[in-house]
Amino acid sequence: MAKLILSMDGLVLKEIPLSKERTTIGRKAHNDIQIDNLAVSGEHAVIVTILNDSFMEDLGSTNGTLVNGNPVKKHFLQNNDVIELGKYKLKFIQEAGAQPAAAAADFEKTMVLRPSAMKAAAEQARAMGGGGAQAAQAARQAALQAVGTAAQAAGTSEKPAAPAAAPAAAPVAAPAVPPKPAQPLGAIQLLSGGNAGKELELSKPLTTLGKPGVQVAVLTRRPQGYFITHVEGTHRPTVNGQAIGTSPHALKDHDLVEIAGIKMEFFFKS
Amino acid sequence: MNYSQILEIASCTDPGMVRSHNEDSIASDPANGLVVLADGMGGYNAGEVASGMATTVITTEIQQLLGKVQPYQIDEETKAPVAGRMIREQVLKANTSIYQAAQSQPQYAGMGTTLVVCLFYDDKMTVGHLGDSRLYMLRDGKFSQVTRDHSLLQEQIDSGIITADQAKHAQHKNLVTKALGIDPTVEPEVREYATRPGDIYLLCSDGLCDMVDDEDMGMTLQALGGNLKLAAQQLVQMANDNGGKDNVSVILVRVLREYPAPRGVMGKVFAWLK
Repeated sequence: MAKLILSMDGLVLKEIPLSKERTTIGRKAHNDIQIDNLAVSGEHAVIVTILNDSFMEDLGSTNGTLVNGNPVKKHFLQNNDVIELGKYKLKFIQEAGAQPAAAAADFEKTMVLRPSAMKAAAEQARAMGGGGAQAAQAARQAALQAVGTAAQAAGTSEKPAAPAAAPAAAPVAAPAVPPKPAQPLGAIQLLSGGNAGKELELSKPLTTLGKPGVQVAVLTRRPQGYFITHVEGTHRPTVNGQAIGTSPHALKDHDLVEIAGIKMEFFFKS
Repeated sequence: MNYSQILEIASCTDPGMVRSHNEDSIASDPANGLVVLADGMGGYNAGEVASGMATTVITTEIQQLLGKVQPYQIDEETKAPVAGRMIREQVLKANTSIYQAAQSQPQYAGMGTTLVVCLFYDDKMTVGHLGDSRLYMLRDGKFSQVTRDHSLLQEQIDSGIITADQAKHAQHKNLVTKALGIDPTVEPEVREYATRPGDIYLLCSDGLCDMVDDEDMGMTLQALGGNLKLAAQQLVQMANDNGGKDNVSVILVRVLREYPAPRGVMGKVFAWLK
C-alpha cells in the first residue's frame, strides 16, 4: 500500500497510508489529512487511489499545490514525489516490494458470483456456440469457464462478477504456489529409555512426543525454526533442565529435552 | 439440557499476515450446543459488519427459540426435527438484516458473508452453510470435509471441467456462488448428521483451507486433539506460517459423550436427575 509522509521543516509529523479510494487534504476538520494552517485551503487537494496508482488533484486551492517544485492541477504520483502545500510537505512512498503482494491480496478477497452473471455468460456462450438440444449443459460448462477466465482477466479490477467477453482459455493457471524456503532439517536423538540411541527426523510440520494421558508435547516445524509446546499432562516438558511455560519454546541446536521421563537431544541435521 | 459438559469448544481467529483487519466473525454458545462462523466481504469495514451481524443475529435468535422449543422435537409441518427449520429461518432473518443494511447505507453496499452454523442435539447436529467456509470432521482417525463449498471452483469440479488436483492451483478460489446478505432471499444448505463421542468438528474460514493442506489439518487435529485450544492456535499459526494471505478463523468442537434426547416420562425424569 502506498503512503504519504507529512513533514514540516524537515520534521516528520505523520505517516498516512492511502487505504481509501479518495484521501482528501485540507484545513477543515472533515478532511482525511487535516493541515491546520492558513496557507492551506479548506478543501485543498485530493489523492485518488485506484489499485496501485495514485493521482493528486488540486481542488482549486487559493495558494496552489506543488509537486517536486512545480505547480500542478493534476498529477500521477510516482514513488518519492514530494507534494508541497505551503510549508508542509507530503512525500509519496510506494513500497515496490509490497505492490504485487497487495494486488494478490486484493485478488484473493472472497467475492460473490451472482447467478445473473452466470446466466449472462451462459447466454453468451449459447449465442457463440449456436443452439441445439444438448446445448444447455454445454452452455453451463462454457459459462463456468467463461466466468472463470473473466475472473482471472479481471483479477486486478475487483469486479470479477462481470462476465467480460473473455476468450475460452484454460480455466486453470500454472501453479502459483511459491516454493517453500529451504529450512534446516532438525532431528532428535533419544538419550534414555528403551529406545535410547534412536534418532527421529522432524520433517513433518508437527511431531507429538510423550505418553497420552501422562505427558505429551509437540514439536512444531516453522519457518522461524523448531518449537516445543506443552499439550497435556500435569508436568511440563523441560528444556536444558528448565520447565517450559504455556507458550511455544524455541529450540536451539543441541538443546536437551525431557518429556515424560525420557531424555533426548535436539539438533540440526544439516 | 446443558451441552457445556457434552461438547468441548475452542476457537481462534486472526487477521493473518497480509490483511490489516479481521473480517471474520465467530460465536459459540457451549450451553446451547451452538457454533457460528462467518467470513465477511465488502469494501472498507463492511465485511466485518456483515459477518458480525450474521453471527449475532443467528446466535441471539436461536438462543431465544431454544428457550421455547427443543431442537429435537418433531416439526409438524416438515416431519423432521425442529432444528433444521430453526436454522433455516434464522439464516433468512440474518440475510434480511444484512441485505437491508446494505441497501439503506451506502458505505455497506454490496456487503455479504459466508456462513457455517452447527447446532448439536440428540446425538445429532444440524449444519447450515453458505459460501466457502467449511466444516470438517475427524472421526476414528479419518479427516474429511463435511460441507461442499458454494463456489465457482466447486461447480467446475462437479461439472468435470477441472480436477480436484488442478483446483488447488486455480486462481479464482475466491468466487462464491452463494452468500448471506447479497440478495433479498437466499437458500442455505441445511443438513442433519449423526455425531459420535470422540468426533472432532472443525469449522473454518477459507483463510485456513486455502493456506493449509487438508492432510496437515487432519494431522494437527489427530496430534493435538488432547488440547483443543492449542490445536486451534496451531492451525491458525500454520496458515500464517504458509503466508496467511487472508483472515483465519477456526472453531473446534469435540463430542465428549453421547447426548440422546430425553424420551418419554422416564427419560424426562432421568434428564432432570442428570
